[in-house]
Amino acid sequence: MTIESLAVIVIHLALAVTLTPVLIGVMRTTRARLEGRVGGGVWQPWRDLRKLLSKQPTRAPGSTPVLTLAPILLMASSLMLCALIPLVSTVALPGVPGDLFVVVGVLLLGTVALALLGLESGTAFGGMGSSRHMVIAALVEPTVLLSIYALSVPAGTSALAAIVQARLADSASLLNPVSLLAIFALVVVVIAETGRLPVDNPSTHLELTMIHEAMILESGGRDLGWLELGSWLRLTALLGVVANLALPWGVGQDAAPLSLLVGVAAITVKLLVLGAALAAAEVFIAKLRLFRVPELLAGSFVMAFLSVSASYLVF
Amino acid sequence: MSRLAPPEVILTSRDDLIDVIAAQLQRGLRLALVAAHEDRRAGDDACFRVVHVLLGSAGERVEVVVEVPGTDAWLPTLAGVSFTAGRFEREMRDLYGIVPRDHPQPYRLVRHGHWPVSYHPMLAEADPHPDFGAAGGFPFAEVTGKGVYEIPVGPVHAGLIEPGHFRFSVVGETIVRMYQRLYFVHRGVEKLFEGRPVADGIALAERISGDTAVGHSLAYVMAVEDALAIAVPERDRLVRALLLECERLYNHINDLGAIVNDVGFGIVNQHAGRLRETLLRHNARLTGHRLLRGAIRIGGADLLAAPDLALIASVADQAAELVRISTDNPMVANRLNTTAILPQSHARQMGVLGYVARASGLGMDARAEHPFVDLGAGFRVVSRQDGDVRARFDVRAGEVDVSARLVADLAARIAALDPSAPVAVPFAQGAGLGVVEAWRGTLVHRVEVGADQVLTRVKVVDPSFSTWPALGIALADTIVPDFPLANKSFNMSYAGNDL
Repeated sequence: MTIESLAVIVIHLALAVTLTPVLIGVMRTTRARLEGRVGGGVWQPWRDLRKLLSKQPTRAPGSTPVLTLAPILLMASSLMLCALIPLVSTVALPGVPGDLFVVVGVLLLGTVALALLGLESGTAFGGMGSSRHMVIAALVEPTVLLSIYALSVPAGTSALAAIVQARLADSASLLNPVSLLAIFALVVVVIAETGRLPVDNPSTHLELTMIHEAMILESGGRDLGWLELGSWLRLTALLGVVANLALPWGVGQDAAPLSLLVGVAAITVKLLVLGAALAAAEVFIAKLRLFRVPELLAGSFVMAFLSVSASYLVF
Repeated sequence: MSRLAPPEVILTSRDDLIDVIAAQLQRGLRLALVAAHEDRRAGDDACFRVVHVLLGSAGERVEVVVEVPGTDAWLPTLAGVSFTAGRFEREMRDLYGIVPRDHPQPYRLVRHGHWPVSYHPMLAEADPHPDFGAAGGFPFAEVTGKGVYEIPVGPVHAGLIEPGHFRFSVVGETIVRMYQRLYFVHRGVEKLFEGRPVADGIALAERISGDTAVGHSLAYVMAVEDALAIAVPERDRLVRALLLECERLYNHINDLGAIVNDVGFGIVNQHAGRLRETLLRHNARLTGHRLLRGAIRIGGADLLAAPDLALIASVADQAAELVRISTDNPMVANRLNTTAILPQSHARQMGVLGYVARASGLGMDARAEHPFVDLGAGFRVVSRQDGDVRARFDVRAGEVDVSARLVADLAARIAALDPSAPVAVPFAQGAGLGVVEAWRGTLVHRVEVGADQVLTRVKVVDPSFSTWPALGIALADTIVPDFPLANKSFNMSYAGNDL
């Protein structure tokens, strides 16, 4: 373990935790302004988080430690995700594989923590949310694997950092069909995984349509704060992967202060622009009927599969 | 034209009741209202008088009256000939203790679980503050089978909506059966009317259901005018029709946005909210109250200012644009089309009213059937055949357009007439009926006025009372996440239903 790679990881975590509430704020504000509302402002998620984290959680009598452990597990898996993903720099921690299979595994850990939390409350809503959540997860995870795998074939490695490095070295490969199909499939599953429209409506409070909100309905205070931050961090991490795979410019390749600084600035701009674009697109779309969500996700799986097939033909 | 036809009164006995009502239903009339009355004659025991009001689509009006001794209070059930009658009977049993004999659904309807046993709040000697005990159980029909689970929702909901409990029996995501338990907001409105001077009833009627202030107050005053034989000048009737359309406009536009909001298309809801607010401020200029309270009085109606026709036309245009944006979006259209279909046969059998009936192909509208003023060429009944959420959305959109045109027509006709002096309320006694097409559907009040202009009985029937049960039918084979959408497309009143 070197000091340099440790510094990079600390920067990744610090950046993710400070940037994520702003990212959510920018997305909400973008949507509000486009809809003709004023909105709560860019800093509102920060204020909400601060309020929630300073509050004692209320836990139902008869609840098990899952209620306490699930937020911690989600938070831990999200932070690990942010550490493993080449957000700012491709300098990887030696001995810790930034492998795409590890990344998907860590992602799934958070998914399972959320689903268990939904079941823990014992209410019909929690179970309903968990079941819907797992249906979507089951369709999303293979696509995440396949689409990144397609990009790993030309790079000859399954480590995310190395893939980004390879794409940075060969910028002509960014626009080939393999790359475009894989990135598009990835965008669709990121939207599904993070509970955005058209799969889930992040602003709904109608009990019967919710997916993510249904699972965290019984949590409050500090627990809810960690759950919110943990879920938002997943959005940052996944958007960060998409951003750095699609547009790898600006990612530092060493731990020099200047390249780290450029890396931080680049990923901040990429995330905020991507987030705003996503929020702007949400204004024009409605939520899909639940039974049509698998069709959408199957479509993205097919694209990822085509991308993998094509990657063997091309290279 | 200006008044309801005088009733054809049929006095009958318990033995003949079913045949008499069945004969009237055969004629094509519908049961609009059933009101029980507790009559006390000096020296005698209490005696119940039950009035069944039947209305026809060509303005027919029949009252079937049956007397029931207080010591032997039962009636043969009409549930076999009319679904709505069965519901009125259950309401009457809970409020008056008149038992419908052989009723197929002998469960409580209005009665809240906390009410004491055999407590009937409408009876004269009923204690207004009884000892509310612990709640009894309320068993739901259990759906059993492999993979069936229950989702209980409410009565306290996640949004700012009225209380109602919904129990879904679900397989996977498909609703097998939905049971609704309403009646959490009993305020004793009908009892509060009793003993009030007729003029004081208006303020109460305006507050039965906040979004239907004009509908309820108008039905009430029309019933009083019918009872006391008061003729209302034409200008005042035109003003009333205008207020009714103003109420329809702001509620329908709000619903259009709310329906689309339930599929996550928030931008239309934001703009519908803006239009609604524009209309509410316009309402405040018209009558001094954002919900149009205070404009209607017995024998007339007043406006503080002439309506701003440019504003109404612009709001209607913008609402049409919002509808276009919504239905042109394939994702929104996909969610609305073929969701929660209410077949016409079921709609007719259940006695569904208003836009829900019109969306299922039943062209019933009290503005055409029981008009109190000629609405002119601009009026037409908007209806659709499909009975899905899209049809209910489209009916509202069409009615917004019709209402905006009616407001313009009526305003011009009002401007051409001079206001007349207020009508004096005569010291007469009698019973009367008011029938109004409020924004949710046909609203009926039946009023009895005793000596000294004091109300002895007011029976209110909100269209929600007849339409609520149809929601469960429309939900068959709908998926759980589509329930909020289906419910919003019905948008029935809880307060108007539970008085």
